[in-house]
Amino acid sequence: MLTFTIRRLVLAVPTLLFISLVIFGLLQLAPGDPMAQVPLTVPPEVKEKMREALGLGDAWYIQFWKWIVQFFWVEPQVLVDYVFGTSFSEDKLRVLSWQTRSPVMEIVIQRIPQTLWVVGTAYVVAVLIALPIGIYSAYKQYSVFDNIGTFISMIGFSVPPFFSGVLVIVIFSVILGWFPSIYDTTHQVTDWDSFVVQLRQMIMPVMVLALQVTAQIARFMRASTLDNLNQDYVRTARAKGLGERVVVLSHVVRNSMIPVVTVIALGIPQIFGGAIITEQVFKVNGIGQLLITAIQANDLPMVQTLTFIFAVLIVLFNLIADVLYGILDPRIRYD
Amino acid sequence: MTDNSTQQPQIEPGPGEAQAADILVAPMPTTPPRSQWAEVWSQFRHHKGAMVGAVVFFLIVAIVFLGPFFWTIEATYIDIRARNQGPSLAHPFGTDQLGRDMLARMMAGGQVSMSVGIVAMLLALFLGSFVGVLAGYFKALDNLLMRTTDLFLALPLLPLLLVMVMLFRDPLSKAFGPETGIFILIVVAIGLTSWMPTARIVRGDVLALKEREFVLAARSIGTTNGMMVIRHILPNVISPIVVSATLGIANAIITESALSFLGLGFPPDFPTWGRLLFDAVDYMQQNPERVILPGVAISLTVLSVNYLGDGLRDALDPRIRGR
Repeated sequence: MLTFTIRRLVLAVPTLLFISLVIFGLLQLAPGDPMAQVPLTVPPEVKEKMREALGLGDAWYIQFWKWIVQFFWVEPQVLVDYVFGTSFSEDKLRVLSWQTRSPVMEIVIQRIPQTLWVVGTAYVVAVLIALPIGIYSAYKQYSVFDNIGTFISMIGFSVPPFFSGVLVIVIFSVILGWFPSIYDTTHQVTDWDSFVVQLRQMIMPVMVLALQVTAQIARFMRASTLDNLNQDYVRTARAKGLGERVVVLSHVVRNSMIPVVTVIALGIPQIFGGAIITEQVFKVNGIGQLLITAIQANDLPMVQTLTFIFAVLIVLFNLIADVLYGILDPRIRYD
Repeated sequence: MTDNSTQQPQIEPGPGEAQAADILVAPMPTTPPRSQWAEVWSQFRHHKGAMVGAVVFFLIVAIVFLGPFFWTIEATYIDIRARNQGPSLAHPFGTDQLGRDMLARMMAGGQVSMSVGIVAMLLALFLGSFVGVLAGYFKALDNLLMRTTDLFLALPLLPLLLVMVMLFRDPLSKAFGPETGIFILIVVAIGLTSWMPTARIVRGDVLALKEREFVLAARSIGTTNGMMVIRHILPNVISPIVVSATLGIANAIITESALSFLGLGFPPDFPTWGRLLFDAVDYMQQNPERVILPGVAISLTVLSVNYLGDGLRDALDPRIRGR
């Protein structure tokens, strides 16, 4: 198991390098000029100097190498300095945003908590709803509950978040006026009342994000439980006189969870992608919204870093899913 | 029959012949033999969700593409006196902030969304089948192609799509005009980022097919690799390809609408369902129906396509067929 994990970790390195190269290559083709915003009164030779200061004069592989050094060598040093109070990263150039001229990672760190709060809550809520629905609809296959559940999960698949988000805003904010339509990230939770306010503003984004995930996971859980319900060991468990509760909850569910756990792990990077749209709908200033504004402002270092962070998430959770699969199911260990 | 007569030589020829004739006659099927597609169709017909999905999908396609012949108001015709109207007889879906008829815009937007969905699906399908067949059929290419597929699966697709649109929007709209340029860009971008699942499924099926006897037989009479793939392998992997085609349409329509919704899709005066939804968000307090209509159109199309795909998967799977 350990060798397998290590092998996968080693394989992740070229994958990430390839992805960063793809992103970098795409951005190199960018026609957008970061100097476009500079006033026309600035003489061309000054512009040329500014361009060099941004590192634009170098060949692409030198720029790529610089970015890699900054991202993988300087940024971790900054983190170490921040945690332990050392000074490794003094005077070293960090990845700078062209919009704000400040380090990209600092802005990302400011934005990540909002995304994590909304996305994390949505994911937990979705999983907690999806699992019982999946188990029960498999247990009562073709019942009314199962048919309704299947239909709702089909709808969850088909209704895109930019519509469900706008729809709940129309229903709950415009018509009923229950919840605010905009997520206020400056809000601080200090007492019960402010907690209620926080809860009210989180309900809609969480609901929208959770709908899709619930649909997906409930379907997987249903299929997996159905597979297991017809197995011999279930008949054995019933034959030796165990109650239905024990048979389903401790025998069937535990085995059906194996593929579902990996689906849950693989869904995490996806939901970050979905958060890009949800954040745009509810005006949450998380990393998804940061990416959109960076794209519109032609802020290439920011776009590159954010896209790469998304890629790291995908590769990381793929790895976690693979390793979890091996731990949970000894039959399919790769060593 | 010949076996029967040689094993029992003691029986006189008369009754033996009669018996053989009996056996020949008795199990003669009364119904004519049915082709594979007739079987698939009869199975598909019994899947209620799939039938409803198919009817709804073809209805939407028909309305969107044939509707403009009957509803002749131009989608871009501006009647500023009639702006922001609710549904009425003259404008069944109301009008937008410039007084353009929403029904005409919905149909025009549907044409674009559907065309993008179908063309992008075809591109993804072609790429996916091509990579899948190559990887499954030629062992030397398998490892390389599948690692590439894995790498593509690890790419963050939505951010990359956004980046691609941002980067190539201007050069392409200069080269082909704003509408065609963006159409090409979005179709290619979606196609390039959604071929991987098809490639994996097709490769798996080709790997299994390659070991079958009919492939060996075909090879023994001297079939070349190219003919083998076209005549023997491809027709046998058509069913996973058809199923991923339906899912591909749904995926492409949603992606295109998401891009339009984020403001990185088609230009503002060029309606698509996602763009109409995006434009209507600012007016959702006064005219909530303007948000709901394109949203329902997208969701209904995707829902019907998903049900269609579900039914097709069941109908094309010989293990489920006949149940």
